[in-house]
Amino acid sequence: MNPFTLTRAESVDAAVRDFSGHDSSAYIGGGTNLLDLMKENVARPTHLVGLNKLPLTSIETTAEGGLRLGATATNADTAWHPDVQARYPLLSQAILAGASPQLRNMATNGGNLMQRTRCYYFYDLATPCNKREPGSGCSAIGGYNRIHAILGASEQCIATHPSDMCVALAALEAVVHVRGNGGERRIKFEDFHRLPGDAPEQDNTLKAGELIVALELPKKGFEKNFSYLKLRDRTSYAFALVSVAAALELDGTTIRDARLALGGVAHKPWRSPAAEDLLKGQPATEATFRKAAEASVEGAVGQGANDFKIELARRAIVRALKQAAAGGKATNVFNNSNP
Amino acid sequence: MSGTSTPKSAGQSLPPPPAAPVTLRINGQDHHLELAPWTSLLDALREYAGLTGTKKGCDHGQCGACTVLVDGKRINSCLTLAVLQEGADITTIEGLGQEGNLHPLQQAFIDHDAFQCGYCTPGQICSAQGLINEGKAHTEDEIRELMSGNICRCGAYVGILNAVKEVVDKKSIALRS
Amino acid sequence: MSSTTNHVGKAPSRVEGPAKVTGAAKYSAEFNVPDLVYGYVVSSPIAKGKILKIHADKVLAIPGVLQVFSHENVPGLAWFDKSYKDDVAPGGSPFRPLHDDEVKFSMQPVALVVADTFELARYAASILDIEYKESTHETDIEAKRDDGHEPGKGKTGYKPPVRRGNANKGLAKAEQHIKQEYIHGAQHHNPMELFGATVHYHPNGKLTIYDKTQGVYNCQQYVTKVFGLSKEQARVVNLYMGGGFGAGLRPQYELFLSVLAALELKRSVRLSLTRQQMFSFGHRPHTLQTVEMGTGPDGALLGLKHSALHETSRFEEYTENVVNWSGMLYKCPDVHLNYQVAALDVYTPLDMRAPGAATGSFALEVAMDEMAYAAGLDPLEFRRRNYAEEDQNENKPFSSKKLREAYDEGARRFGWDKRPMAPRATKEGNMLVGWGVAGGVWDASMQKAAAKATITADGKLTVSSAAGENGTGTYTIMTQIAAETLGLPMEAVTFKLGDTTLPEAPVQGGSWTAASVGSAVKSTCEALGEKLLKLAQKLGDSPLKGAKFEDVEFVNGQIRLRQDHDQAVVLRDVLQTSGEREIEADSSAMPNPLTMQKYSMHSHNVVFVEVKVDEELGTVHVSRVLNVVAAGRILNQKTARSQVLGSIVWGISMALMEETVMDHRFGRYMNHNYAEYHVPVNADIRDIEVVFVEEEDPHVNPLGVKGIGEVGLLGVAAAITNAVYHATGKRVRQLPIYLDKLL
Repeated sequence: MNPFTLTRAESVDAAVRDFSGHDSSAYIGGGTNLLDLMKENVARPTHLVGLNKLPLTSIETTAEGGLRLGATATNADTAWHPDVQARYPLLSQAILAGASPQLRNMATNGGNLMQRTRCYYFYDLATPCNKREPGSGCSAIGGYNRIHAILGASEQCIATHPSDMCVALAALEAVVHVRGNGGERRIKFEDFHRLPGDAPEQDNTLKAGELIVALELPKKGFEKNFSYLKLRDRTSYAFALVSVAAALELDGTTIRDARLALGGVAHKPWRSPAAEDLLKGQPATEATFRKAAEASVEGAVGQGANDFKIELARRAIVRALKQAAAGGKATNVFNNSNP
Repeated sequence: MSGTSTPKSAGQSLPPPPAAPVTLRINGQDHHLELAPWTSLLDALREYAGLTGTKKGCDHGQCGACTVLVDGKRINSCLTLAVLQEGADITTIEGLGQEGNLHPLQQAFIDHDAFQCGYCTPGQICSAQGLINEGKAHTEDEIRELMSGNICRCGAYVGILNAVKEVVDKKSIALRS
Repeated sequence: MSSTTNHVGKAPSRVEGPAKVTGAAKYSAEFNVPDLVYGYVVSSPIAKGKILKIHADKVLAIPGVLQVFSHENVPGLAWFDKSYKDDVAPGGSPFRPLHDDEVKFSMQPVALVVADTFELARYAASILDIEYKESTHETDIEAKRDDGHEPGKGKTGYKPPVRRGNANKGLAKAEQHIKQEYIHGAQHHNPMELFGATVHYHPNGKLTIYDKTQGVYNCQQYVTKVFGLSKEQARVVNLYMGGGFGAGLRPQYELFLSVLAALELKRSVRLSLTRQQMFSFGHRPHTLQTVEMGTGPDGALLGLKHSALHETSRFEEYTENVVNWSGMLYKCPDVHLNYQVAALDVYTPLDMRAPGAATGSFALEVAMDEMAYAAGLDPLEFRRRNYAEEDQNENKPFSSKKLREAYDEGARRFGWDKRPMAPRATKEGNMLVGWGVAGGVWDASMQKAAAKATITADGKLTVSSAAGENGTGTYTIMTQIAAETLGLPMEAVTFKLGDTTLPEAPVQGGSWTAASVGSAVKSTCEALGEKLLKLAQKLGDSPLKGAKFEDVEFVNGQIRLRQDHDQAVVLRDVLQTSGEREIEADSSAMPNPLTMQKYSMHSHNVVFVEVKVDEELGTVHVSRVLNVVAAGRILNQKTARSQVLGSIVWGISMALMEETVMDHRFGRYMNHNYAEYHVPVNADIRDIEVVFVEEEDPHVNPLGVKGIGEVGLLGVAAAITNAVYHATGKRVRQLPIYLDKLL
């Protein structure tokens, strides 16, 4: 960890100003990923803008009937918030599937979006990594890539985005509100994270100095039929190999609307409009789910140690859709798959 | 792979950041410390405030040994900076109870032999207090899940479950089966 | 009046419990001596090569950075290998930190930065430029399949495999036959406490070294030889160890580096490794095993072959007993065991909980399950039919062996008779349910140990021996033994350990502490008891006059005649009228060579497991484990049970999640952190239970104990693997059983 200066901003404007007033700044919310990366010398900011005094912790209903989640509200406060639990249980389940109670008490909603990949090579300065050091090469390709991407990867990077919360936010079509020197703008969730392409050092589409101030959930919460299913190498406190956010709106046994997003498989939460289209208007049967699963992994490519993810994703999608169709009671709040 | 590797510029040489007075409220007492921004809360407790009950097991939020309570909520003290906790109410294992005046969780951990080497124990106990404060664990499975942020390499999980359950039971009107 | 001072065999809580639950217990990096400076280790990014240049100037220019130690400036130290050899070193040349420009393994410590604060040392270490010249490395044991060799007898406790009869002939007679390969990757001990040391540099130049170790004497011996110090100059202390599991058997490099820095800077130094650096030294080696066996018409084993190959380093020849157990766990006339190692560019492997046996029994016990199915026999019945009544490796009777009783007890409690033989017979929702069984055998060892006991006029007894406390319950069981031997309440006894100013004890390992140190404590307290008896006999009207030591017992704070409990004196009266302020005794205990020659001394266990496997998703949940252990006398039911519960968690970990994965292109372990090196969390552990069968052993040692730190791990991973087969019909032969192996 290199030396840095730190200010604790009292307002969003002050934070944004302070950020741009220094050479190599970073915002620090909960700090759970940034300090981890700084101790590994992967991140080396020389100035930190502390966000934990900002008045961005509220969770409130919007005029459109949606829910606005403050950027510095913690993941725990969000997951257990009565409105989130009642109206967006998919989001609650996804947050609670991630990290640990301690980390969820620290991690902020904005920070969750800013998490960087868990790729072993990204974290280890002894190995080349294009995301950490553009142009140095991707060690995960041809290396140990059990946790790596099967969809949307590039020859420069096969990292995955590690968040659970973001998978649910993608499925729920959240909107990210950001503030920069040029004022406030809104970013559709699917446009927030990016695929690695030839610039894997860029995880998202934020411009320099922009600060996430809120996440807005649209009115539709799929609170009746949902499932966040996460598969990992131990029951809890581990990153996903594959996760599925499934949300259905049913009319009897017919699917009226559907959302499907995958975690652990790509550089961003992975949505497949084609798969969702295959669900809409169809009977909520295993046959339908299988078709959607197949469409979701269309074009998937294994890298060796992660080949299994393709079949695992198919099966997890079918299971999550079954759980969703069966209704919220099919899973408990943690859905940690322990019988 | 062979060849000569040129030194990677790991970073520039910068002077150490100056330390400044920071007041941390720990276990109900103000501690006036001289800290630079790069000191984690965990290191501030162990190396500057002399409170070594809080443990360093990984320094990366991957084990839970450093768990303390900040304003009643359990956090990993290794992943926050001490200066960011100025003004907060910090409780460590030393503040929960002492020899001769044990906290119910501490007594339950002894009774159920909920530890072996003891290194994860302060974090487990602070985490359990956080779990009780949260009030979300009503079944054995929920206790297991919500105590999963604390690794015990000795594998004392059965004892930990039973110890936490005993104290949760006493505090709850009814524990769902 | 019945005894209130019988403590042994009961279940008292840990005497050090209050210290541990309040944070008062001090671990090595927690002794806050004045004016500390901090070290931070720089680790090699390459696996093999040479250090060309260390550019320390810009680091040394930072105010507060005190020194950068490397091979370029380390002073001349001991020259010969033997100075670097510790008590448990294998054959070869021990690794010497900062010795020369050679890099022998990835993450080798290549420099130590010392600074005024931890944060500054860490930063300075991160910007230290080092130039390397890489050379080609070899780290993959799979590429050395045909390139192994039989090791020499370098290491204490290593026994070359025995062979008997003609395994090929035996196998040729068999009606049923199996031959399979079993593999597990490297595993790292990863105790919760990071390796670390605080070296207190006293004004007179003496050092008090608080080090994370399982053997303070082993470390003192190392430090004095390497740095040319006297024992008085280097006191080594470890009062609490935050988990060892074998990682602390040998002096680790934080000891060398922190002592070096303290001596050179004449300052007190603290040095902690990072979690990442915890993957830079000893580990359970990546091992390839093949087991072949065959049975006759009644299910009798007719022939058995077991071979193993694992890695060692280029500089030391690490050995562990992997295959020997296969020659003694079951009765078989024709056995061929083969054990080889191959040198690679890695650090030397290191004993990790039940070294060799944990992995050897995995291969053997999965093979036994495969054999049982091939022979059409219930796996437990198959084991019963091949029960070894004696140790065929050594051709000796067992000093005791209640494994059959363990089978009976376990089967009854688990409900084994309700198990359908066929795989895939039970399904609950999405879950396939399976039951498996396996077990193992482990040495009941004893080493020489010494102790000292002092009783003061107020009746307080202090007993000491430089044993270790790494969670095994040493403080507690020694307190129980001492208190019971002298008829005192446990509260009247203090046991001191982990300090080279105390009588010598062996390293804490091999499950021998209870037997070794326990016997020394007992013998020492008896020696003290003899002195007390003599004093008691000097009292006017002593009812004990003329009594021999064998005639009296120490119970309830009294010395009394065994035959007539009313003929008693109160111990405190003896002490107070004796005029002595304190009375002291010391003694030691060592194994009896005659008994060792006559008997094979071993503990045994059998493990019953239920798993639930999600048929579609491949996730394995261990829903039930019953571990039945026959390990002689159990000194403390509570702490012993916890050790075996912990072993079960270790077995679940080994079976389902634990593996350090190397990228051979870099010769580097890649999941070297606690987020990606998985060990179980609370939610992974369900219904696990431990039963100790009664096993009286009059031969093994004066206490009748066999040790339980390791035996409990045996068979757990195999039983899980066997249960997974029973659930799914899929036989997994490579650990860990990740979900993808069952898709």
